[in-house]
Amino acid sequence: MEKDTSIVVRGIGKRYKIGAFQERQDTLRDLIVNQVQNLGNVFRKGGGRSKKEEIWALRDVSFDVRQGQALGIIGRNGAGKSTLLKILSRVTDPTEGYGELRGRVGSLLEVGTGFHPELTGRENIFLNGAILGMQRREIEARFDEIVAFSEVEKFIDTPVKRYSSGMYLRLAFAVAAHLEPEILVVDEVLAVGDADFQRKCLGKMGDVADSGRTVLFVSHNMSAILRLTQETIVLDKGGLSLRAPSGEAVDFYLNRGLSKLGERYWEEDEVPASSKPFKPLAIRIVDKDGNVSDSVRSVEPITIEIDYELLEEITGLRVGYYLLTTRGEPVFTSFDIDSEELFREFTARPKGVYSSRCVIPADTLNEGRFVLGVNASSYRIKRYFQDDQALSFSVDASGAAGTQWPEPRPGAVRPALKWTIEERGRS
Amino acid sequence: MLTKGHMAESKTLPANQVVTIKPAKGWLGIDLQELWHYRELIYFLTWRDIKVRYKQAALGIAWAILQPVLTTLITSIVFGYLLKVDTGTLPYPVFTLAALLPWHLFQLSLQKSSVSLVGNANLITKIYFPRVIIPLSSVLAVLVDFGISLVILFIAMAIYKMPLTWNALWLVPLTLLTVLAALAVGLWLSALNVQYRDIQQMVPFLLQIWMYATPIVYPITIIPEGTIRYLYSLNPMVGVVQGFRWALFGGSAPDMTLLFSSIAVVVLLVSGLFFFRRMEKTFADVV
Repeated sequence: MEKDTSIVVRGIGKRYKIGAFQERQDTLRDLIVNQVQNLGNVFRKGGGRSKKEEIWALRDVSFDVRQGQALGIIGRNGAGKSTLLKILSRVTDPTEGYGELRGRVGSLLEVGTGFHPELTGRENIFLNGAILGMQRREIEARFDEIVAFSEVEKFIDTPVKRYSSGMYLRLAFAVAAHLEPEILVVDEVLAVGDADFQRKCLGKMGDVADSGRTVLFVSHNMSAILRLTQETIVLDKGGLSLRAPSGEAVDFYLNRGLSKLGERYWEEDEVPASSKPFKPLAIRIVDKDGNVSDSVRSVEPITIEIDYELLEEITGLRVGYYLLTTRGEPVFTSFDIDSEELFREFTARPKGVYSSRCVIPADTLNEGRFVLGVNASSYRIKRYFQDDQALSFSVDASGAAGTQWPEPRPGAVRPALKWTIEERGRS
Repeated sequence: MLTKGHMAESKTLPANQVVTIKPAKGWLGIDLQELWHYRELIYFLTWRDIKVRYKQAALGIAWAILQPVLTTLITSIVFGYLLKVDTGTLPYPVFTLAALLPWHLFQLSLQKSSVSLVGNANLITKIYFPRVIIPLSSVLAVLVDFGISLVILFIAMAIYKMPLTWNALWLVPLTLLTVLAALAVGLWLSALNVQYRDIQQMVPFLLQIWMYATPIVYPITIIPEGTIRYLYSLNPMVGVVQGFRWALFGGSAPDMTLLFSSIAVVVLLVSGLFFFRRMEKTFADVV
């Protein structure tokens, strides 16, 4: 290992067995039943019951990180980001490959780990500090700093179970932020807390990186990645698909369709057997030029397309979506046979492949990120398929009503409404 | 102030120390040096367990006294007064209390340690540290209760006008033996409980059987001498309880029973450590 290298990762892989342990053998009874069944299989010669399903959450990943470098890690859910961080912070062992880390590793996989609700803020600072790997003397030396950062001075001797969630979070982050390891591993801590606090956290992380420590930063927040890191690696399906300067990596992730943003295909194993004869194929967001896109403009019409196959005829089928904000607040719900006309035309849909298309008119949605949930059902008969988080997309409000003032507007919708102003006489 | 912090840091783990990550293979022993690095975590987790146990309990730490007193009262009535168990010259309450103290230490330690890993799942899946610290600190936390309840025993002995002798110093190694016995079994059960939650359902029954297989409410003399007595002594708590009575009240010194019990503890502890280390690799994935 070179003197100025902080992290070396060579061919790291992690295999999980699905079903083999977690599901089937959680209790002794299951274990015994399984053993007996396996025994049965031996006699039946090659009965397929003992087949263990394995997945590689991470495979053949290699990279180096220089000392003092802040490296971003991005990828869609299930790409292996969390597994990689868990291996690097030694929470779990890799199945293959090896790695080297120079110095102490501090991980912020989740702030507040080890906080005990019955203990006071003061007690939790010491406990949490020790859990995160700080020495007692270090904690004592930084105690005042931690308390000041957390802004909970007044309640420092109150059990944390009486804290509001914001206070709890601030205290937890304050402890973690004052840990000074040589390598800091951060996973999505910024996804929580109010905007003010997020800014403060981001600032603190910037300080850590500036002070010459190595930072590994996992986030879905591309602007945070761009701000805090110079280089980023992109993970996809457990493998490393690109390492590049952050701007380039974020571009690659967003645009090369690698993240499949703006479009979602349902794999066979994602669809429950109970959905039959309805088979969802894809959902996508299409902008006014006909491009599949994750980011659309509020001032242009947005098309939502749902592709599906009917394996046999279904009566009374309606296919539609819920539109939600990322905080889970419903915006509206719409089905393809909402209109009287289509309702009468499609009382029964024969076997075949379909595409239900819907246009959200221009000047409807406010800026922000939205989530689409898909539902296919026959009213009061059967719900064939539901996916509450089928797809998410962003809306850019530039040019929309009221954007002459650069202030955020509350609310999920931003309709361009007709106003009139009438002068009713002069005083 | 900052420099002070950095000095403390460099003393325990040099900033340039290289840690290697690789798939763990085979059977590993316990890394005592690493455990020493983490001594403060052991201290804080033990401290947390003690602190939390009696929080929001009106009687608080008094429970550490009430538990052995109440059990002594019950067993004295049932076995001493009603069943008239023969304890020689010893008054029954003192006879049983001297055995109940190490038994409670063992019982409580085992109860706490067997569920400790599952109870701390949030730590195990998020942060690295030697996992053995979890059952270890839950056993250590029980020692405080034991210390407090020991005072009750001395008071009881004073009431019955029984003098303490230098032999009482033997309580120290005997207590250590109890802790090691609880830790040994706790290592096995806590690691198994990560995978099979049946363990936590089994522990109360196991402890009930174990208590009757230990001369707590009855004297060891009712167990036939010879092979049966030796087999009986494989129960580590037999040697401990006999040792406690001898150290406090004199009489016949612990013979082969203590040796047998100690050997049983060593075997359980060593095998428990190896088993724990082997299972440890998958804790974060399975728990």
